[in-house]
Amino acid sequence: MRITQGTFSFLPDLTDAEITAQIQYALDNKWPCSVEFTDDPHPRNVYWDMWGLPMFDLADAAGVLAEVNACRKAKPEQYIRLNAYNANYGKQTVALSFIVQRPSDEPGFRLDRQDTHDRTINYTLHPYAADAPPGRRYNGQQ
Amino acid sequence: MSEPPTRIGFGMSSPGRPAAGRGAAEEEPAEEKKILPPDAKISLAEERAETGIDEVFNSLDAELVGLAPVKNRIREIAALLLVDRARSRFGLSTSRPNLHMSFTGSPGTGKTTVAMRMADMLHRLGYLRRGHLVSVTRDDLVGQYVGHTAPKTKEVLKRAMGGVLFIDEAYYLYRADNERDYGQESIEILLQVMENHREDLVVILAGYKDRMDSFFVSNPGMSSRIAHHIDFPDYTLDELEGIGKLMMQAEGYSFTPKAAKTFREYLDRRKGQPRFANARSVRNAIERARLRHASRMMTTDEAVGRDELTTLKPEDFLGSRVFTEPNDETTTD
Repeated sequence: MRITQGTFSFLPDLTDAEITAQIQYALDNKWPCSVEFTDDPHPRNVYWDMWGLPMFDLADAAGVLAEVNACRKAKPEQYIRLNAYNANYGKQTVALSFIVQRPSDEPGFRLDRQDTHDRTINYTLHPYAADAPPGRRYNGQQ
Repeated sequence: MSEPPTRIGFGMSSPGRPAAGRGAAEEEPAEEKKILPPDAKISLAEERAETGIDEVFNSLDAELVGLAPVKNRIREIAALLLVDRARSRFGLSTSRPNLHMSFTGSPGTGKTTVAMRMADMLHRLGYLRRGHLVSVTRDDLVGQYVGHTAPKTKEVLKRAMGGVLFIDEAYYLYRADNERDYGQESIEILLQVMENHREDLVVILAGYKDRMDSFFVSNPGMSSRIAHHIDFPDYTLDELEGIGKLMMQAEGYSFTPKAAKTFREYLDRRKGQPRFANARSVRNAIERARLRHASRMMTTDEAVGRDELTTLKPEDFLGSRVFTEPNDETTTD
């Protein structure tokens, strides 16, 4: 099941040229970019791992794309997203966030039902990928 | 609730879709730029006008005195890039020229100024995407402890992408006396980026001639990756005078004819003294003349007008140490 999270996630995966154009748009608006990755696909997982520090004072998208590619190389089977922050509000606010890489195979989610008191049932989503330990979740790879 | 019909493909994209999208995106730019037929003719003069490169040349000629070899080399580079542009319109393959440079010359010969013009020019010719100049020294590239240098250098390189990275006093990067110095690590990263990201940035190394020469001797890899070694000659007396006049014009001052003569004599004497820094010394001389001019104005009881406030007199220069100290050098040309 294809994870839809962040901007553009209902579109086909962006090409590098399209990603570059988006980064350039962010940089032209003076939004610093950062790269993050994770192998926990749960939608409530907001704490992705940072790939390096956010990149400030950049003028051209090539520098950000180089970091994206470095992250892809190190984590070929994980989700990678690109965030752009807008500091104009006096705090770091995410202005743009989109997925730039996803694992080749996304197994999706299982619906778990839990009987509790009376006749109440609790529902929870369990990603199949999370059955494997972190770092080996997609095709046994990083 | 029924979904509006415009929301197509909600969450369900078929596996074939991304590949199809990718192909379409790659074809688009190729269609925009039509390849000319082999018998077509294009006017290079029009191409020149289109890039606005002449404006850069004109301001280069107007604002930079002398530096004939440097200007020549810049014109050659511009010509090559223009011809490459024209060639690409006929669909001829043009390999991207290597434009990393080293600027060597005495202090104050205009290395930084030319680097700034170079960034602007390369941007106009479409070689660089942004055309900004990131000026750094050893401090910005080399870290203070193990593992600090690589991220620091890479951050600077990322900032410079799309523009020019200007490394002032580049020879400090390599310290021959200390083989554990982190500068070497920085040089290695630089070399790698100069080779692999040639389309993203231009690296310009600057420094004094003799020290840059020994830097290149100890780093042959760096020397061979730099296509243009440009030497900035020292200014002649006439050129220094021209620079001084330009500077004064910019600040809204003028000479009396007598003061012009004194200024020339000042430059002649100063040139022979140690620690002469070409245009920078000229600027300092003018700054000090302004100081003397100002205190002269303060001590007069008469009313001053526009002329008095803008005109420098010989005594403003004659108060200099250069005239009071015995001139120990024997030759004045």
